[in-house]
This record gives sequence, structure tokens and C-alpha cells, in this order.
Amino acid sequence: MGRKRELTELGKRGPGKKARIQPPPEIFSEGKAGQTKKKKKKTVVKKKKQDGEKKITAEKKINLFEDSSEDDGIGMVDDDFLNVTEDAPQEMPADDYGLEFNSDSSSEDEDEGDDENENNNKLLAIEKKSKKLDKKLREDRVLAEEELQINIAEKDVFTLPSGQEIEKEYILFAHCFAPKKCAKRRNGVFSTHAKKCRNPPYLTLIHQRICENISALNNFKKYREPGKSRKEYLELLRNDLMNYYSYSEFMINKLMDMFPLSELLEFLEANEVHRPVTIRTNTLKCRRRDLAQALINRGMNLDPVGKWSKVGLVVYDSSVPVGATPEYLAGHYMLQGASSLMPVMALAPQENERILDMCAAPGGKTTYMGALMKNSGVIVANDQNKDRLKALVGNTHRLGVNNTMICNYDGRAFPKVMGGFDRVLLDAPCSGTGVISKDKSVKTNKDEKDIQRCSHLQKELLLAAIDSTDAQSSSGGYITYSTCSILIEENERVVEYALSKRHVKLVDTGLEIGNEGLTKFRGHHFHNTMKLTRRFYPHVHNMDGFFVAKLKKFSNSIPQSLSELVTKEEKNTEENDVAKNESTDKPKKDKRKKKKAKGT
Amino acid sequence: MRPLIEEETKLVFEKLAKYIGENLKLLIERPDGNYCFRLHRDRVYYVREDIMRKATNVARENLVSLGTCFGKMTKSGKFRLHITALEYLAPYAKFKIWLKPGAEQSFLYGNHVAKSGLGRITENTEQYQGVVVYSMNDLPLGFGVAARSTQDCRRANPTDIICFHQADNGEYIRSEDTLT
Repeated sequence: MGRKRELTELGKRGPGKKARIQPPPEIFSEGKAGQTKKKKKKTVVKKKKQDGEKKITAEKKINLFEDSSEDDGIGMVDDDFLNVTEDAPQEMPADDYGLEFNSDSSSEDEDEGDDENENNNKLLAIEKKSKKLDKKLREDRVLAEEELQINIAEKDVFTLPSGQEIEKEYILFAHCFAPKKCAKRRNGVFSTHAKKCRNPPYLTLIHQRICENISALNNFKKYREPGKSRKEYLELLRNDLMNYYSYSEFMINKLMDMFPLSELLEFLEANEVHRPVTIRTNTLKCRRRDLAQALINRGMNLDPVGKWSKVGLVVYDSSVPVGATPEYLAGHYMLQGASSLMPVMALAPQENERILDMCAAPGGKTTYMGALMKNSGVIVANDQNKDRLKALVGNTHRLGVNNTMICNYDGRAFPKVMGGFDRVLLDAPCSGTGVISKDKSVKTNKDEKDIQRCSHLQKELLLAAIDSTDAQSSSGGYITYSTCSILIEENERVVEYALSKRHVKLVDTGLEIGNEGLTKFRGHHFHNTMKLTRRFYPHVHNMDGFFVAKLKKFSNSIPQSLSELVTKEEKNTEENDVAKNESTDKPKKDKRKKKKAKGT
Repeated sequence: MRPLIEEETKLVFEKLAKYIGENLKLLIERPDGNYCFRLHRDRVYYVREDIMRKATNVARENLVSLGTCFGKMTKSGKFRLHITALEYLAPYAKFKIWLKPGAEQSFLYGNHVAKSGLGRITENTEQYQGVVVYSMNDLPLGFGVAARSTQDCRRANPTDIICFHQADNGEYIRSEDTLT
């Protein structure tokens, strides 16, 4: 908060010096070999060109033939990859004259045409030389790229690289190219110059292999290498994804189970970028149009978040900090993810109701409920974490929500402390697999046990939430369950559990957007009404991954004997089945005997 | 949580009256329900009665806040208004100060108001009168105490302090931990 300038006078500025694209750093270890290397590259490219032409004219057979003709024992696909790796250093202007900045400026000059000639006269001989070199480099690069494209288009079998190759790659990867991601995990050794290399070619290599692998898997019959099973392909893909996006094996397995392959890649990519900043208008203090006007005057660029919300705004860019404008301090809006509006919209709190928010901090949803209820009724906001409660208190006061009572219990204690609520919102603590873009540590630090622990806690909390709801309420009796996780274990499984343990049913959430919940997953069938729940994905809806389910409680009694009843019924039915089987078996035998008799 | 004892009530009401004068009555007798003052862990809360009833279910150590926090009783036996009370002070305020857009930010960082930043001031403001500070587009920013009367303001130098800072909206960020 050190800035004391006037915000209103701050106009938009152009990109600063540092925003200009810098040339990638040189690799110094190459030393003076630069020139000779270039020649090598050229020959490589020419060779490739020839190869490409061959491939165009003659197809599969020649491909296969080439495979065998490559004497260094590298498979066809890897030949392509090798090209990539050899091309990659080209991107780094390895000029011998030490006139690095010229290469940058010359690329801009090219468009100008006439000016270039005039400039040429003024330039030194050395500079001319370097320009020529640059030009050649560029041409080479274009050719190489075309070549690559042709190769990709032409090749029809995706060959698995052998284990040795991969291992070799990893060692290289660990030693020189992956300073943060894999190197540490593999053997903890990485050279210092790896840090300088910003765009390690091995990542592009892996990425390309992922793409090809997926396209091969999508049409496996056509593109497979004979004799290799789908499992091997998948294994390679899993390893590549783990390395490229730096997930733990457990997480990548979970995600691969959840998504089809093409969608998986989209999802992983979406996790690498941040979601747009969204804010919610506090309707207790101002209207959205007025707020938007005031914020645009402050130098923000915003738009309504979508037709589904009347209070949400998306901030595209801002010349002032979004969380410190006078409007923010005056409580006219709340910084809040678009997805966190969903559970409240699903709950649809009415005026003069008693509402419980079980895991309330930092108060985005609580204050939204307060605004929807226009400060009538009572909101009991609870959170277990004392430190986070401070934010909750601050936010409710800032936004002028004064029908709240904030307490600090474990959510599971709830029906004992207070019960008989009209509606309950449970935004359960979760593994956070929907918000990986916010917290990258989720990629690696979650394992089976964490998920189980979360799931267990969620089940307990949901039962507590249901127990503190009053089914007899004239207007309510609803429970909304939401998590910012996308895993089945924390969502559908938990709801399914609640459906079996309490007198509740799933009802429509009333949300216009969102995918339907899953009714079956890997051979496990959930209740049919699970369709009514809503799932949100970062790559589909461009908001955090989220799950929302709305339950209605239809009886206050707890079906304690239900499980016993079920087991009894099952026993009965089993006995009946056994009896039937016995009875049906006998005539069959008889028939067989008869048949036998007839046959003989 | 307990009702205020007589001395505490007197302290609180005296303080509030500095800003909103006889409008204090409107806070106590409201048409939309019964409101009351409650003391909980040295903080004074202004809360609707039915919410307060609900809150009696909650154990003292688990109750964090209810309704709106107006301020706290200091250890030296005084009452201090918090910024959270602004929501009720602003609509009823008798004396107001409007700040020029340039001085807005400075006030929100906890500085006093200088003459140069003064946009408007209510007529007949006396010295040491409690005032609510607004921005020029009528956004309440905080409150303070007039350092000069309206008459003196006219004669003051541009660098002279017109209003002593007491609380401002910036505290929601600066001192979130100590709000309640």
C-alpha cells in the first residue's frame, strides 16, 4: 500500500521496456563451434527436405525402409524428434560477431523493404554479414517447420520409443534442461547453465510426443505399431504428461480415469493459466451499472460475467489494484470467483429464513446470501479455522451484512449447537483439484490417503448439515453441497452416501450452466437423479472446477434401521433366489434327460 | 455476551452522539425490529434482537461476532468507535466533510485531512466536533474530529490540518485482525 499517487489521473500506458520480447539466451558451452555447427544444421535440413520429398512420393513402404536405413538405430519418430532438438538451438542467435541486438532489429526491418536498402549502405560490413546469416537462419527455420508439418501429416504409425531412448532422454533432461521440474526428483543434479535455458527443447519434444500419442490412441487400429499394446502407449503417455505438466503419478492417474484423452489435455492446459478475475456487486450498497461505471472511471476494463448472473463482473485488466479501490473498501463489491456464486444461486435463500453456512470463511458466499436476503432473517456463519474467521468478520462488516452471527465450531458439532435451519450451505473443505491454477502444489502433494480423508470429512459434514436442516420448514428444507474439487470421491460418492443415510433427495439446482453430474463412473452406478447435480470445469466454462448438488430433506427422522432393513431384505431375496434356482434347476435337468433320451 | 451496564451505555451513547446527535434515538427505536447493544469480549455489538437470541445458544468462546461491531471498550475504561460503525454513522451524521479526489487516497491510508484536500464542509461545524468524511461523490470514507471550526477553515493555510483522522475504510485491509 505504498502508492500515494492519484489513481484517476493514471492513464493507460504502452508496454514498458521490459515487455519487449528478448532474444533467448545463448548457450555458452557451444563456444566457437557456432559457425561449423550452422553448416551442419544446413546439411541436416537439406537432408530432411530430401527425406520429406521422398515421403511425399512414396508412402508407407519407403517410410519403413527409411527406418531401417537409419544406421544410428533411432526409430523414425525419434528421427523427427531429433530434428526438433537440433533445430531448437537455431532459435538462439548464435552469431559469432557478438552483435546480438542487431538480429532482433533486423527482423523488424524486413517488412519495411526500401528502408532496409538505405540502411544497408550505412551498415558496417560485419553487420551485413550478420544480417545475411540471420536471413539464412530464418529461411532454414521456415523450411524445417514445413518439413516437420509434412512429416506429421505423412506419418501414419506412431512408434513407441524404446526404454533406452527414454532413459537417455531423462538423463539429458535431468542434467541440462529441467532445472525445476524433473531434475530434482530424478537425481538432484542439474547444471548451472540449465537455468539460463528458458525453453528447453526437451519439453517441446515431449509435448509433441504427447499430441501424437493421443492422436494415435484415438484411432488406435490405424496408427498403432503392430505388436504394441494400448497399455504401453498409455504408459508412455502417462509418463510424458507427468513430466510435462509435473503432476504426481497418483493425480495423473485420477485425471486420466476421469477425462477422455483429448479433454484431458485441454484440462491440463487450462490448469496452467489463471482464470479471469471476477467480482460480485454488493446489491446491498449499489447497483451493478453504477459500480461498473465507477470502476471504468478508475481505469478498469470489465464486462458482465454472463447472462446467468446479474451481479457478476469480469475484470479483463486494470491499472489499479482491484482489491484496494475506494469502492472495494466501501464494500460495493467483493472479489470472488465466478464458480463460487453457483452454490448460493443453487441454494436460493429467501428473505426471513434461517440459514447456516457451515464452512463460511472468507465470506464470499455468506455475504452473497446476505445480499440476496436483503439483511433479513439470520445467517449463522461458521468456520473451524480461527485465522480465516478474521477475513470473514472483515468482509461481512465491509459489505454491510448485519444479519450474521459468526461462530467458530467444528462443522460436525452442528446439530447439537443449533438446528432447525431452513437452508444449509455446505462448501466443504476439499483437495482443491478444481483450482490447480490457483494452487499448483495440489499437483504433487495429494495422494490416496488425502482424498480419503477429505471424502470422509465431507461425508460427516454433509450428514451434520442435513441433520441441522428442518424438513418441516415451509419455505425451505434444502441443503446445498459444493466443493472446489472435480474428483468423484469427493462429489458424487459423498452425495450418494448421504442419499443412502438420510431422508433426502436430489433436486434441480436451477443453474443454467454446468455439466450434468455423472451417473456412472468406471462400472460404478450412482443414483439416477445424480444428473441433477452440476459440474464445472476450467476448460469448459472458464471458471474454477466446481461441483454443486442441491438436496431436499423430506423427513426429519433418521433412517437408523434402514441399513438393517436392507440387509434383511437382501437376505430374504437371496433365500428366495436360492429356492427359485433349485426349483428351476430341476425341470432343466429333466428336460436334458428328456433330450438325451430323444437323442438316443 | 451480556447487555451493557449503565456506565458502559452512557459511554457508548455519548460517543455516538458526538457524530449523530439526537439521531441516536433512531438507532434505538427502529420501525423494522428491535435492536440492542451487546457486549462480547470487550466489543460492543449492535444487533437485531432475534439474532441475539439465537446467539445465546453459542458458547462464549465459540462466538466470534454478531450483527455489527460498533467499537471496543478500552482497558482504560473508554469506548472507541471502529470503522465498522460507519455504516450506521454515515446516514445519520450531522456534520460532514467532503474530500477532494486527490486527498481521498491519503485519508484512506490513515492520514489527517489538510486544508488543501478539503472539498466541502457542513456549515456551523464547531471545533472538535465529530464528523463523517465523504468523498466528493458521496461515498463515506471514514470519520474523524474537526480540528477547526468552519469559520477557521476559511482562514487556514493549505497545509493546516482540518480534520483529525480516527477511522477510515482502509482499516478493513490494514488492520483486519483487530477489527473485532
